[in-house]
Amino acid sequence: MGRKITIEPVTRVEGHGKVTIQLDPQNNVTESRLHIVEFRGFERFVQGRPYWEAPVLVQRLCGICPVSHHLAAAKALDVIVGAGTESLTPTGEKMRRLMHFGQMFQSHALHFFHLVSPDLLFGVDGDPAIRNVIGVALMHKELAVQGVMMRKFGQEIIRATAGKKIHGTGAIPGGINKNLSIEERDEFLKGADPLNIDKMIEWSQGALDFFKDYHAKNTEWIDEFATFPSSHMSLVRKDGALDLYHGVLRAVDNDGKKILDDVDYQDYLQYVGEEVRSWSYMKFPYLKSIGKKDGWYRVGPLARLNVCDFIPTPLAQKEFEIFKAYTKGKPNGMSMHMHWARLIELLHSAEVMKELLNDPDLQKDDLVTKGTKCKEGVGLIEAPRGTLFHHYRINDDDQIEMANLIVSTTHNNEPMNRAVNWVANNVISGQAEVTEGMMNQVEVAIRAYDPCLSCATHAIGKMPLHVQLVDGEGNVLDEQYK
Amino acid sequence: MSDIKFTIDGKECSAKSGQTIVEAAKDNGVYIPTLCHFDGLKPAGTCRICTVKVGGRNMAACTTPVTSGMVVENKTPELEDFRKAIIEMLFVEGNHMCPTCEKSGNCELQALGYRYQMMVPRFPFLFPKRAVDASSPKLYIDKNRCVQCLRCVRGITSADGRKVFGLVMRGGHAQISMDNELAAQLSDAEALKAMELCPVGAILRKEVGYAVPIGKRKYDKAPIGSEIEK
Repeated sequence: MGRKITIEPVTRVEGHGKVTIQLDPQNNVTESRLHIVEFRGFERFVQGRPYWEAPVLVQRLCGICPVSHHLAAAKALDVIVGAGTESLTPTGEKMRRLMHFGQMFQSHALHFFHLVSPDLLFGVDGDPAIRNVIGVALMHKELAVQGVMMRKFGQEIIRATAGKKIHGTGAIPGGINKNLSIEERDEFLKGADPLNIDKMIEWSQGALDFFKDYHAKNTEWIDEFATFPSSHMSLVRKDGALDLYHGVLRAVDNDGKKILDDVDYQDYLQYVGEEVRSWSYMKFPYLKSIGKKDGWYRVGPLARLNVCDFIPTPLAQKEFEIFKAYTKGKPNGMSMHMHWARLIELLHSAEVMKELLNDPDLQKDDLVTKGTKCKEGVGLIEAPRGTLFHHYRINDDDQIEMANLIVSTTHNNEPMNRAVNWVANNVISGQAEVTEGMMNQVEVAIRAYDPCLSCATHAIGKMPLHVQLVDGEGNVLDEQYK
Repeated sequence: MSDIKFTIDGKECSAKSGQTIVEAAKDNGVYIPTLCHFDGLKPAGTCRICTVKVGGRNMAACTTPVTSGMVVENKTPELEDFRKAIIEMLFVEGNHMCPTCEKSGNCELQALGYRYQMMVPRFPFLFPKRAVDASSPKLYIDKNRCVQCLRCVRGITSADGRKVFGLVMRGGHAQISMDNELAAQLSDAEALKAMELCPVGAILRKEVGYAVPIGKRKYDKAPIGSEIEK
């Protein structure tokens, strides 16, 4: 008789999910799935609220990357208030960018130091009692302190731009509600060690060097683990540069051929569809030109570096060139290289923050711009975990009547399931005993995508229901669909 | 100061003729919490947050004139708990979502909740079904947040003196209503006045939310009443 392995909850990820792996009597894997078992429902209860409330309301989806939702909603509302996607005042746009890169910096630092480093430092099959952030703090104190302080620096940037470290109000339709004072700026530029931008750049480079060293010593595992071909999608600047705040949509296939290029994201519905499956609250997005079956793609740091042509800051560009040379310029399908890409973005974020902090536009007072109002707008941003879509339509009374959010983790739904499937087939299948270390490898594969499961669940009311009656041998006796 | 002498919690105070306890307390540096009271508007005594004890009886300090020799009890444990209970009742009988309300930081009810260290209300939430009226071009009414202080009813009138806001229905069904025709004629300054007059986030100007950054809002730095207390 077959049996089912359930990993619940999946740990060291944001939000709540579970994995089920079905084994036959010979312990061969017959099916594996990542289930998202929580529900949020923001798209429904934002309806009826005044549109200018959306950036503050919808960011409550998440406590880890609320800034991304805050800014994506504000960008959609820029369109609605007639400010367009590229007409913000320099201070408005640069303050938002600083907020965004502070968010990117703290989120990437959190993920690498708090969530991932235990697997690298203690091994994926290390003692779970120490294979956690407390173990890192006890046995690798310097690394743990860096993680905490880098996260703090990013959070302080968010506080200075949004008003609060979590769930601020800085971005408003058409701009921003504050500038950066000289005192605030100097605190980041010249603050006592380690809380200054130069130390953050140094530590980011250090984290990257740590990973590259680990990779050199564990090349086979890092390169083979949960590796599979896929398409990749992200925003890029119009000239092809990595741009995490604004740009056009681009997607490439596994060979690097452009599937989408120079796409105005206001038209995203022409290009991206979402499929609902019965066993998860998370939808499955796909590129319409390819179809539901093969149109899935990856988003996030790996996808962004696969899609962009260059990185417009010097240190990160140097690392990008090494990263690209490793796959001879071809798209990189190695899930564990997501960490490498994420750390290059960490370095890039620190460099961009330094550029912005030295920009006198941040001290100017022209904060908001508006134009002719319209009824509908789409906002896109590259959140830490990938491309984030916010789409709103309002009625004549300025109330939101439709909201559609496609959250970064949602795009990675199929890739994460593929990664789980890879581990199930390559690590667990056929083994006489399934160890804790094997099961942790399922989580390691999911963790590489840094999923934020709580943000990504919106399918209620649209979920098809599939009920199966199964006998003791696993035979389906009856089934019903709704 | 005139010659009316009285005490609040034993403190010697003086008042001008005709002043209410709330007004005189303020002049003497004593904070008595209020919600429906607003300087310059005729007192209504609707919220009872300002309840004090005079001669052993509970009185609304915003409607009771000071008399010579009056002995007022204000900051007693009994009255403070009574006030906290009223604040809790106001929270549970509406649908107050401070985290996303644009009045957060400027809201008097929220500020009172902080001042009285309200953690979890002792009463069950009622979760009433209340409507939002967004049909006016300048003002947005969220009845979920209304505490029926009637400040808007008393303070906002049209150029020819007609009331822009009124109370409709009775008892537990009573709610604020806005005359959309008159509201549409309000100037931007009058619309701002209506928003500022509302102690909570029930009356809001349209399309200008969250313009004041966190840190510069009214109660970000100091608790409500600290501007009065000496």
